[in-house]
Amino acid sequence: MSRHVVATAHEIPEGGRKLVTVRGRPIAIFNLKGAYFGLLNRCPHQGGPMCEGLITGLREAPMPGEYVYSRAGEILRCPWHGWEFDIKTGQSYCDPERIRTRSYPVEVASGQAVVEGPYVAETIPVSVEEHYLVVEM
Amino acid sequence: MNEVRTQPIPDATVASKVAVADGDIHPARQGAKDFHPWLSQRWQAHLDEYGSPGRQGWQVGPAYPKSQPNASRRDAYPPEGGRPGSSLGFMQEQHLDTNNVALGILNPLGSGQGVQNPDLSAALCHATNEWQLAEWTSKDSRLRASVVVPYEDAVASAAEIRRYAGNPAFVQVLMLSRTAEPLGSRKYWPIYEAAAEAGMPVGVHAFGYGGNPVTPAGWPSYYIEEMTGHSQCQQAGLTSLIVEGVFERWPTLKTVMIEAGFAWAPSLAWRLDKHFKTLRSEMPHLKRLPSEYLRTQVWWTTQPMEEPEPRAHLLDTIEWLGWDRLIFATDYPHWDFDDPAHALPVRATEEQRRAFFLGNARNVYRGCGA
Amino acid sequence: MSLLPAGAIDCDIHPSVPSIQALMPYLEDHWREQVIIRGIDELNSISYPLNSPLTCRADWKAASGRPAASPEVVARQALDPFGTSIAIANCLYGIQLLFSEDMAAAFARAVNDWMVKEWLDREPRLRASIVVPTQNVEMAVDEINRCAADKRFVQILLLVMGDTPLGRRHHWPIYAAAEKHGLAVGIHAGSAYHNPPTPVGWPSYYTEDYVGQAQAFQTQLTSMICEGVFTKFPHLKVVLLESGFTWLPAHLWRLTKYWRGLRMEIPWVDRSPGDIVRSNVRLSLQPVDGPPDLASLMKLFDHMQSDELLLFSTDYPHYQFDGTAAIPDGLPADLVRKIAIDNPRATYARLLETVG
Repeated sequence: MSRHVVATAHEIPEGGRKLVTVRGRPIAIFNLKGAYFGLLNRCPHQGGPMCEGLITGLREAPMPGEYVYSRAGEILRCPWHGWEFDIKTGQSYCDPERIRTRSYPVEVASGQAVVEGPYVAETIPVSVEEHYLVVEM
Repeated sequence: MNEVRTQPIPDATVASKVAVADGDIHPARQGAKDFHPWLSQRWQAHLDEYGSPGRQGWQVGPAYPKSQPNASRRDAYPPEGGRPGSSLGFMQEQHLDTNNVALGILNPLGSGQGVQNPDLSAALCHATNEWQLAEWTSKDSRLRASVVVPYEDAVASAAEIRRYAGNPAFVQVLMLSRTAEPLGSRKYWPIYEAAAEAGMPVGVHAFGYGGNPVTPAGWPSYYIEEMTGHSQCQQAGLTSLIVEGVFERWPTLKTVMIEAGFAWAPSLAWRLDKHFKTLRSEMPHLKRLPSEYLRTQVWWTTQPMEEPEPRAHLLDTIEWLGWDRLIFATDYPHWDFDDPAHALPVRATEEQRRAFFLGNARNVYRGCGA
Repeated sequence: MSLLPAGAIDCDIHPSVPSIQALMPYLEDHWREQVIIRGIDELNSISYPLNSPLTCRADWKAASGRPAASPEVVARQALDPFGTSIAIANCLYGIQLLFSEDMAAAFARAVNDWMVKEWLDREPRLRASIVVPTQNVEMAVDEINRCAADKRFVQILLLVMGDTPLGRRHHWPIYAAAEKHGLAVGIHAGSAYHNPPTPVGWPSYYTEDYVGQAQAFQTQLTSMICEGVFTKFPHLKVVLLESGFTWLPAHLWRLTKYWRGLRMEIPWVDRSPGDIVRSNVRLSLQPVDGPPDLASLMKLFDHMQSDELLLFSTDYPHYQFDGTAAIPDGLPADLVRKIAIDNPRATYARLLETVG
């Protein structure tokens, strides 16, 4: 496992997203209320580009006609067939037992630590104050 | 880290760039004005004042709201703007080139078929046919057009077919599956006569505006039921074509059932044969078993490919149906798109793959290099 | 021919109403007189033209009058030859075709009372489905409640093609009554003809109508699953009668694929359609609309992924097989036993209460 800097934190506003490539793999990075999550940009169904999907809330229904809406902004619909995934965990809602998309933990690291630490990271000229988004894979 | 159980996907970049046919591509207009070069002033004004309703209630939009705008993939909007499917350049880049489509069959929807006013329907269909030539097939030699016909008026439809019969850019006659009467009804026979004469298959595409409820037990509540119901509509249409004797009467006529999957067909064939044997006295005009007509005069486009688990069950179904019966299709740019790299995740021989992805289409559509 | 084990349970036979006269003793005064005043001759549905080759097998035809017209005939033709221990009678007199709710309710009452007096009381091997006036759901529930006390009624009978899809919520009081009384809900081939009997309009041939029954069952299964009937009534048992069954796997594949992408429209469907069917839906055996070879049929059973789905039936007196060859040749003995005995017992809770 190695750590890769993929973007600065400012590049992705709240509710926003960015497509990056790490070790040849396309990763979609999402900012949910200041926390960052990464998903492989290939839907486990037929490989659709997840980064182009719509972000929605979650609909559940204990009984027919009783719509319970929650988790606004935390669910990603694949832009092709509309399969729903929890952005935070990659868990699907269409068959949660068996289907999950690959998720990549994303941490926010301070500039100083990345440049100085033992991990492999792309060299990017930045100021010490800026925050970087780092993907570990 | 959590154990991640994903379905294995082949890397798309490595996936076979074997040439494929696409039996179901949907070119779209930017707007009503796209047809104006071929629509009289009278119809332009009529459209503006009265619109072009089919047998359903909304001024704009389908009877059941779709699950995504324009029923399209969200990544299929052209960068220059406009609806998915409206830009040839973007279609080439995103689909025709990327997926190595060697032969693409155009099935333009929203083209006036099933519109209540029969003269308007005919005018819109004709404009669509000219538009396909001017904007699509003349600009990309991989594409072929369908003769879009106002099928509820079979005489006008036959005239439209004959108008293009000599033009090799046209390879198919297009109808929709939700007709006002079952497809085999005598009402539609002039269409089959003209299509057989022209050597073009009749493509029956899912949807339509015949006005009948989506099910034989009335109208369902949900879009998912409407979508699932295309299978039953096509089964009923095929049953009608067989039993009414359309295939018997025109033995060279071919039909292609488009965008309703195909795994339902073997059971239909068995059921038809069984009850045909009991009820034979009702159909003295039929000289063959129903399944024989299906085996020789009917093809199916593959999309949406059924996805059994385990996937290997699909091999049984295809064996029952026949590897020569399937024409690969993506339904680009619609949301239930089948990607050729992932659509056939079962073990098939090279010969079977070639037939499935390209060979069968070349056999069915005239002049396509069989 | 696969050997039927002793004591098979036949889940679909059709005693005939010999004529409307047979029901007169069971109609109230007003309705009895209406029949006479208005010359209401018969209520026979075109779902089974009286003399079509399918409606009655040649060797079951009566010398005169309707086939299957008495318990003695039914015993001799349908029960004894198969060693049947129990048979469930589904009366297909065309009650559901009527437009008047009150008339429909009156005839439903009459048919159910006639079934009790003329059939259940005379032949101990018989059980029956309650015929209900679906034209008015409240009245249908009243009739269910009226008949439910007699444990020989094991099921509620609905036609596969009524006015609106069966999953829709206004039908739900029927399912609540079914759950309350431990009755199965039987959906039988046939139409009320209040809608065209295909989803693309009226056909020209009876063959289209009959073959098209399978598509009707497919759409009704879609409706009941998508509307969440089995979320609301998790213990409900629904039986598809005279539906065919070889269409089932492909239909579930299609519906499941759409469910995965369109779950947001029906979020109460929290299990796959296949799981729902395997727990709550059963299908009667005849007609076997199947492939001509055993190997393919066994593959199809594999596709169904459950050996609990099929319930033995003869569909007597409809012509679906010759002699006593009701079970396809070559099926493994334990599968035959499940179809003939175990699955019907597991489906019809009330059978266990009344079996001697």
